[in-house]
Amino acid sequence: MRSIVLTKGVPDFSEGAVSFDEDGHLERGKTPTVMNPNDAFALEAALQTRVRHGGHVSAMSMGPPGYADVLEEAMESVYADDTYLLSDRELAASDTWATAITLSAGIEKFREEVEDVDLVFAGFKTADGETGQTGPQACWAMDWPIVTHVIALDIDPDERVLRAKRLVEGDVDEIETVEAPLPCFVVTDPEFEPTYRKASHRLTHKRLRAETQERAVEHEEQLTTWDHVDLNLDPEYIGLDGSPTIVSSVDPIPKAPSERDATMIDPDDGDSMNEVLEEMQPYAAGGD
Amino acid sequence: MADDTEYEHYEAVVVGCGPGGAAAAARLADHGVETLVLERGTEAGSKNVSGGLIYAEESAPYAIDGLFDGFREEAAERPVTDYRIHNVAGNSVKTYDLTDLHEHDTDWCDAVLRRRMDSWLEQRVHEKTSETGGGVLTDVRVNGLLRENGEIVGVTCDELDPIEADLIVAGDGVNSELARDAGLMDWEEPDEWFQGVKAVVDMDPDVIDDRFDLEPDEGVAHLFSGDLFEDVRGGGFLYTNEDSLSIGTVFHLDSLVEQRAEPHELLDALLTHPLLATWLGDEYDEREYAAKLVPDSKKVAHPEPYQDRLVLVGDAAGQMQAQGPIIKGMNHAVTAGALAADAFAVTRGNADTEAAGRRYAQMLEDSGTMAKLRPRRYQLARAAGERDLVTNVVDRVLESPVGSIAVGNPISNRLLKRAYNSPFLVSMLPDTSTGYVTLPTVIGETQGRTIHWDNEVEPPTLEERIGDLTYDTDVGNPHIELVDESYAASGAAVSACPVSAEDFGGGCYRSETVQTNGSEETLVSLDTQPCVECGTCAVVADTTWEHPRGGKGVEYREG
Ligand SMILES: Cc1cc2nc3c(=O)[nH]c(=O)nc-3n(C[C@H](O)[C@H](O)[C@H](O)COP(=O)(O)OP(=O)(O)OC[C@H]3O[C@@H](n4cnc5c(N)ncnc54)[C@H](O)[C@@H]3O)c2cc1C
Ligand code: SF4
Repeated sequence: MRSIVLTKGVPDFSEGAVSFDEDGHLERGKTPTVMNPNDAFALEAALQTRVRHGGHVSAMSMGPPGYADVLEEAMESVYADDTYLLSDRELAASDTWATAITLSAGIEKFREEVEDVDLVFAGFKTADGETGQTGPQACWAMDWPIVTHVIALDIDPDERVLRAKRLVEGDVDEIETVEAPLPCFVVTDPEFEPTYRKASHRLTHKRLRAETQERAVEHEEQLTTWDHVDLNLDPEYIGLDGSPTIVSSVDPIPKAPSERDATMIDPDDGDSMNEVLEEMQPYAAGGD
Repeated sequence: MADDTEYEHYEAVVVGCGPGGAAAAARLADHGVETLVLERGTEAGSKNVSGGLIYAEESAPYAIDGLFDGFREEAAERPVTDYRIHNVAGNSVKTYDLTDLHEHDTDWCDAVLRRRMDSWLEQRVHEKTSETGGGVLTDVRVNGLLRENGEIVGVTCDELDPIEADLIVAGDGVNSELARDAGLMDWEEPDEWFQGVKAVVDMDPDVIDDRFDLEPDEGVAHLFSGDLFEDVRGGGFLYTNEDSLSIGTVFHLDSLVEQRAEPHELLDALLTHPLLATWLGDEYDEREYAAKLVPDSKKVAHPEPYQDRLVLVGDAAGQMQAQGPIIKGMNHAVTAGALAADAFAVTRGNADTEAAGRRYAQMLEDSGTMAKLRPRRYQLARAAGERDLVTNVVDRVLESPVGSIAVGNPISNRLLKRAYNSPFLVSMLPDTSTGYVTLPTVIGETQGRTIHWDNEVEPPTLEERIGDLTYDTDVGNPHIELVDESYAASGAAVSACPVSAEDFGGGCYRSETVQTNGSEETLVSLDTQPCVECGTCAVVADTTWEHPRGGKGVEYREG
């Protein structure tokens, strides 16, 4: 099985790492970039496929040259064999649509020049954009089948089909089992859990880890960078010019003032409840 | 999800990566046997405790440094260059040099810490077994034997699908679930076991050199017996590591139970004895508290430790020799593991599935290993009931004024030192309080000098000791269940469990008095969260006892 995992860098939102300016805007320059946490599940799914069926996993990302670190992290944490970075100035400020176009071009180039691909994995939503659109849009651009919200995955290489369990959220969460032909695009759910019930699979897993840790030391040698010329992309359709969505402004959600007065009310006490209702009256009427 | 239903097969599966399992696996790999090693710890050593001095015996067919190049340099602590026993009677102490006994049949002997030692072994074993198509997997607990038509053909695990093998080596230690599953060993009689408890104490290498008068490549072993531990049969030890001390106690489990003794208090009695003041100083920094059962080979070493394709090695087969005060378990586990591998290699391809097991038992016999583990003279004395006779006579003599004076005279002083250094005599010492308490106490009283040092050590409380340990609790999935909660059936565990105590609410076992129909009844309850998996309550309480799932439970950093 030959897989590509799409991964992205996001600001490190963890305590101590993230930095906001006075207006509450994220200071990207001061906040380190890390691999999008949800992409780890996509990488796990790709790794499980490789451990069980052999093959190769590549990690691909679109972003500034600094994303090489993110790809290195992807390589180390989940044993990607090699990494591809789609990067140049023309690609800056892409929205999900332009990003999807670029990524699909990257995948196409990979299939033409490196090897054909059986599976493309993406994580569910990024930690900064939260749109959850890039994966499906890239898939749409490639005209592949897609299976989303995957929590368990099983592949039949002979029949060239995959069987997946999907977590379908609703009033009651349901688990749905689906089948799809290869090649296929898979979006993993954060509930995705790899399973290795065979001793040989665990041994392979352990061997890959050891090999990857050695390889990751020389990450630059495993990294291929493609710009828009390599990808044969018209600048009109990528980057800022190719992005139909414009984020006009981002309003921080006001933090609750810390010294608000709180009065404890016993809901069974009619008088107190009346006071509450009176207090609420003006807001309910739409006033302030 | 659909997956092949066929079980995976390996030529050999080794359960446990302690010294026994590691030796078996390394030797199997040397023979080119495809070998898979399954270890329940998150890393080998994370579940293990020993005193620990590892011996290389001149007469043994195998020693650990022969199987693993660089063992002494990379995995061991200090060698033992000085060996003493202290007979204690109150503050009066008589010390004998035991170097002769220690050096008898000894090529070398090093102190070890098990996390460091076993994790090093694991890496070597993984390298070797990987070349045969196998390897070591950690975080995997084997939970039973796989049988086909009643015959053992493999193992079952919590984390993996069942695995078939031509040879199954149970190197799974003192509470071997495989030996029990096969019906080869049971966990019934307290008098067949010791319980060991130990503290690893932080100390700078320079301070160790200074306080024990050592060069950096030297080390000491001190043993303690006498009335330090009241009437509980057993003794204490202190060994020097590179930058820490291992201080502990080993007691007969039946004696602990009889005396309702608290193991941690016995350890504290040693730590706070005036004799230890000069070594411990006034800054006591305990890195780790640990405990484990120890089998007594004289009683439980299985003469035929095999069944079908299963062979038992090390503690799993009860191969732990208490040679008087000297404890030899790791070296015998290594020998047994290597012999089991050799036995399989020579019988490989034999249609008779028990051929390897039979050959292994024969090799244990021929190499003299079995004779060390189960000395014939001990069996004979035991069978004839001579032991009690000897004990009674010796006890009466010692207790009479004439007897103690006799022990106290200068000639007997020389004789006693010789007697202590006689491997023959120490292995004959009866398991009664005579050897452990009465004799050493009389020696201490009559020959000893009084120690006036102030010991300022304040050992941590049990609560603090538990708090300092690392656990990955398997919430909602306790590995031990209390079958009978009456005090008569399970009350012994409240004191004998090394992380429980009467009147302590934070331990595993607690007793409480409840009113039922007007009458009072004392019941026992169990919370496995602080459990250190020592195995004691499997023997002294009425439980269903299993190890936690792979990687779960306590994680020792020192061992
Ligand atoms: C306090 C104390 C002091 C001691 N002092 C000494 C001493 O000075 N010298 C000496 O030689 N001996 C000493 N011993 C005894 C010695 O520690 C043992 O005899 C020795 O460790 C036995 O080795 P083994 O390989 O048989 O078992 P272990 O070392 O116990 O190894 C068993 C391994 O199997 C693993 N395992 C267990 N169950 C499973 C399962 N179901 N699935 C997968 N893995 C499993 C365990 O995690 C462990 O790694 C002492 C013991 C104690 C407690
Ligand atoms: S609960 Fe049992 S096995 Fe656990 S520490 Fe206590 S006595 Fe040992």
